[in-house]
Amino acid sequence: MKILVPIKRVVDYNVKVRVKSDNTDVDLSNLKMSINPFCEIAVEEAVRLKEAGVASEVIAVSIGEKACQEQIRTALALGADRGIQIETDAQPQPLAIAKMLAKVVDAEQPQIVLMGKQTIDGDNNQTGQMLAALTNMPQGTFASEVKVDGDKVEVTREVDGGLVTVALNLPAVITTDLRLNEPRYASLPNIMKAKRKPIAVQTPEELGVEISNSLDVLKVEEPAARSAGVMVESVDELIEKLRTTAKVI
Amino acid sequence: MTILVIAEHNNDALKTDTHKVVAAAAAIGGDIDVLVAGANCGAVAEQAAKLTGVSKVLVADNACYEHQLAENLGLLVADLGKGYSHILAAASTTGKNFLPRSAALLDVAQISDIIRVDSADTFARPFYAGNAIATVKSNDSIKVITVRTSAFDSVEETGSASVESIDNAQDAGISSYVRSELTVSERPELGSARVIISGGRGMQNGDNFKMLEEVADKLGAGVGASRAAVDAGFVPNDMQVGQTGKIVAPELYVAVGISGAIQHLAGMKDSKVIVAINKDPEAPIFQVADFGLEADLFEAIPELNSKL
Ligand SMILES: Cc1cc2nc3c(=O)[nH]c(=O)nc-3n(C[C@H](O)[C@H](O)[C@H](O)COP(=O)(O)OP(=O)(O)OC[C@H]3O[C@@H](n4cnc5c(N)ncnc54)[C@H](O)[C@@H]3O)c2cc1C
Ligand SMILES: Nc1ncnc2c1ncn2[C@@H]1O[C@H](COP(=O)(O)O)[C@@H](O)[C@H]1O
Repeated sequence: MKILVPIKRVVDYNVKVRVKSDNTDVDLSNLKMSINPFCEIAVEEAVRLKEAGVASEVIAVSIGEKACQEQIRTALALGADRGIQIETDAQPQPLAIAKMLAKVVDAEQPQIVLMGKQTIDGDNNQTGQMLAALTNMPQGTFASEVKVDGDKVEVTREVDGGLVTVALNLPAVITTDLRLNEPRYASLPNIMKAKRKPIAVQTPEELGVEISNSLDVLKVEEPAARSAGVMVESVDELIEKLRTTAKVI
Repeated sequence: MTILVIAEHNNDALKTDTHKVVAAAAAIGGDIDVLVAGANCGAVAEQAAKLTGVSKVLVADNACYEHQLAENLGLLVADLGKGYSHILAAASTTGKNFLPRSAALLDVAQISDIIRVDSADTFARPFYAGNAIATVKSNDSIKVITVRTSAFDSVEETGSASVESIDNAQDAGISSYVRSELTVSERPELGSARVIISGGRGMQNGDNFKMLEEVADKLGAGVGASRAAVDAGFVPNDMQVGQTGKIVAPELYVAVGISGAIQHLAGMKDSKVIVAINKDPEAPIFQVADFGLEADLFEAIPELNSKL
């Protein structure tokens, strides 16, 4: 079976972004960019399914500017077999991304689409669910365990109250949570090998998807800053402050 | 303009998340209907009918909605939602699961995690782990929205809405519920707790969380954790506070043995009062703390417990 893994290039999770002074957007110039951590977990899970003999091919797909080929290369170095880049500078929103991914699903016919539950830039947490709806696939979101069993997959999901397990007919969309696995480091030979793996480049026009974003960003601001606090010297002083200054206990 | 709010419940009781989503709906303005989809969920519908500002409660009582499976609920909400100007759900793991499905079926965007309503089409939402707030305007005919419940106050229960059954249940037939392991706790849920005390990697193991639980019981607090504490297996996943865990804004948040990574701060920095207890004076958590105590938690927490 084929597994399709959609991945996104995002600012590295260790970087704290700043808002541009004209309040139009955040300033990403010269910041370190990486594969979205949840997407990296998705790649790892797909590669493990291949190593376990469940999957036969892992395809990484990314939609974005030319530079997102770097993140496709990362996925290839982690063990994906080939890549697809859908090249656009238009910064499509989740619905448009899902529509393009649906076309790729149409063409590739994967049995599982493994993707991140959320991008750490947009924090949308939508694309997997939208793709599942558009392709009429079931979905296992926020997965912490994935077990393929014949023509079904059992997914254990991290939910607000604990864990819930669902059984999904294949093909299905699965979105990853943090505890699904710990991604490996790419070895140097694998990084070298990844350079020779193919990346096919397509355009939204070729897929027949028109990118129309229906949300306009009017402004981007820094969140309200917290006023500076104080250090207390002892537990007694802490209790005193909480009782009489803050009046919260 | 009529707004559809999807109730959050467990078939027996309405969750206070719904009270907060109705508050967001009221800020948008217009009539408010609430959908209760579940199985044997009549009691929930009665509770929803009391929410202030709600004019009508729609009940879809069918076995296929018992476990809030996204495939089934997504279809129902997309179908019903066609007649509404806005569809709102809590940004809980339930709302995040089914609502984007409904949005895609309606061919409209979803606006995730709103924290403010500016007008019927303009909303504020955090992104980049809360390091930036975007004001977004929707040009869609139906606005599909998840609400960050920590940013809204619950509506009262002074209403008496009509309750109506709807009967267009569709089981998509592509997914099924297998089992759940839900955490049972006597303590308040993180989403509604007035006080939260959270532990991080500094707690060293799960047993040591008992120290925090004792303090929590004295303060009527909920107990949370950092991702590091959850990953290390000290405590279950549903205790994780942060960008990708629970977003909380209690009156008092006490962070114990937590360094204050941006992903953790994203989940708690809107708390009214923040206390940090950490032995490292350079820990970034002190930059957001109202009261910082540089101390070894294994001394400070027992002392705090004995003096409360
Ligand atoms: C995609 C992604 C999403 C993430 N989402 C989240 C999230 O939702 N929530 C979250 O919390 N994290 C999240 N993280 C992880 C985050 O980056 C940090 O790794 C994590 O928050 C660190 O947890 P910690 O503060 O408990 O551990 P550490 O950073 O290891 O800090 C432990 C602290 O304990 C202190 N300490 C140790 N011993 C003692 C003692 N005896 N007394 C007092 N203090 C002591 C130390 O000084 C230190 O400051 C995410 C990361 C990624 C990549
Ligand atoms: N530009 C993109 N290209 C490929 N996959 C994407 C893209 N944007 C989002 N995704 C996928 O959708 C997931 C959820 O993203 P989001 O809904 O934006 O939070 C990500 O983890 C990716 O797997």
